Amino acid sequence: MENVKRAKKPYQKYGWGQTIFEVTILITFIILFVSPFVNLISLSLSSSRAILSGEVYFRPVELQFDTWIAVLRNNDLLNSLTFTIFLTATYTFIALLLVMMAAYPLSRKTLKGRVGILGYFMFTMYFGGGLIPSYLLYVSINLIDTFWVLVLPGVFSVYNMLILKTFFQNIPDSLEESARIDGANEFQILFKIYLPLSLPALATLALFFAVGRWNGFSDAIFFLPTRNDLVPLQLSLQRMLNLTADTELMREQLDGTTRRVRILKESQKAANILFTVVPIILVYPWLQRYFVKGVMIGSVKG
Amino acid sequence: MQSEKNSTAQLALNYGPRKKGLSHYLRRDWQKYLMLLFPVALVFLFNYVPMYGILIAFKDYNFMKGVWASPWVGLDNFIHAFSLPRFSRVLRNTLVINLLSLVIYFPMPIMLAIIISEMKNSKIVRIVQTVSYLPHFLSTVIVGGIVYQLCAPRTGLFNQILVLLGLNEVPFLTNPTMWLFTYVISGVWEGVGWGSIIYIAAITGINPELFEAAIIDGANRLQRIWHITLPSIKSTIVLMLILKMGSIISIGFDRPFVFSNPLVTDVSEVISLFVYYVGLGQGDYKLGTVVGLFQSVVGAVMVLIVNAISKALGEEGLW
Repeated sequence: MENVKRAKKPYQKYGWGQTIFEVTILITFIILFVSPFVNLISLSLSSSRAILSGEVYFRPVELQFDTWIAVLRNNDLLNSLTFTIFLTATYTFIALLLVMMAAYPLSRKTLKGRVGILGYFMFTMYFGGGLIPSYLLYVSINLIDTFWVLVLPGVFSVYNMLILKTFFQNIPDSLEESARIDGANEFQILFKIYLPLSLPALATLALFFAVGRWNGFSDAIFFLPTRNDLVPLQLSLQRMLNLTADTELMREQLDGTTRRVRILKESQKAANILFTVVPIILVYPWLQRYFVKGVMIGSVKG
Repeated sequence: MQSEKNSTAQLALNYGPRKKGLSHYLRRDWQKYLMLLFPVALVFLFNYVPMYGILIAFKDYNFMKGVWASPWVGLDNFIHAFSLPRFSRVLRNTLVINLLSLVIYFPMPIMLAIIISEMKNSKIVRIVQTVSYLPHFLSTVIVGGIVYQLCAPRTGLFNQILVLLGLNEVPFLTNPTMWLFTYVISGVWEGVGWGSIIYIAAITGINPELFEAAIIDGANRLQRIWHITLPSIKSTIVLMLILKMGSIISIGFDRPFVFSNPLVTDVSEVISLFVYYVGLGQGDYKLGTVVGLFQSVVGAVMVLIVNAISKALGEEGLW
């Protein structure tokens, strides 16, 4: 009986109309969301001639790897990548620490002044000073053109603190109380009891922070006008996408001589885009799982 | 009134039933306040101190004198800003882009959520969701890069296909009207999958007995969607509409910055870009502050108005 069930084809289970509907949707979505990337991969691997004559669709024409060699030899991009990894890690660590240290006290109903402090934080979600007053503040405290201007201004997230506060409120008070009877201080209660119990929520928040910082670039445009060593990956990509000329690559030949190879800008842009997509694709399974959970937590009114 | 658990805690913590003074709470919870100190200080410095800088909008600001010592000028800066033709153009562009996206983008995640909820094969559902969520995690720069590549003249995929079909090339990126649609429709590509999650959650919460009853009554698929699914998620739709209407005059910096190009500045220069180009680029802090303040005040007022309207219509508001 079970074998018979398993052998059932989708159209036998749901009927022809339903199956055709679902397969049509599936094909549409694959065309919409996968084919652009296939096109970019093909462009990055095709010859200049084939690209310029418009022959490249969804597979490489006249396969070449010079574009990718040029991309992987591009120190600007690689430096940006390592810098962005370091920046994202620093930012995520501090951001997590701060939301925990705010969410834990505010999740305790007995804390005097809790509503006032919450209001103090939440007001900033609806109103702010704007770009210019912020810029002038950073000038006056010497934050412009420093690493920390990419970290400190946005590192405390009120919205994510509220998510974590809701999560902490569901942890039974008795745990806190028994730990206190055992002589634990508040920091020990937070880091030894609340932290291990809320690892899934913290993982979600860590991903929120990391993706936000990884993809952000406008603060680097605003506040790092002269520091070319502190360029987030996305800004680095943005600058390369503004290239209006083809580039050249010195390619070693088998006989030991070098040869100039022209890299078409279309091909190079495609490869650069793919280069910055790869890190996201690598962590995408986790991103998707935790992010969807996070959206659900966030949509529950607390 | 007090539960047993709480009375144990009272013994241990010396909680009293009577009202205590501030010093009592400070002594009892000083470690909690200590934890809050750093977030509170950061928010004060980076969120509240810039609000003080808003005074620049009402002063003849001079960098050397600082905010306080610069002379007051009342609303002169506002009158100057509103009289600029560039300001009205920037305001118009922001409204046009947001309204266009309200009309074209807004219904899409709802439609996708309904389509997904009508699908029964969980494998297909998972593939559709996985591929459509991806653009949400890519940076604006990447999405912009992909769109520019696909829409490019001659070497772009879309124009190649148009030529292959014997049609003329379309200037997706260089004709102002075409650019607007490219901007908004690529926004659909970027956000439709992710935007559908909240509606899928709402649809999942519908009592399945309603659907079963409708099927027994002989309702077809479209009738079920129209009479059960849509009315059941109405409050979610209204909530999202409030949020969208509240930000009708606000626009982020990243997308317009990445997507605009010199040929379409007439339609692509929006408030956020104007504040950046004028305020930081040209160093006109007064004008930048005034326009930024205008955006955030109108935005806040819009949220209040739309919320009041939605409550008057009997819907649940934001608060």
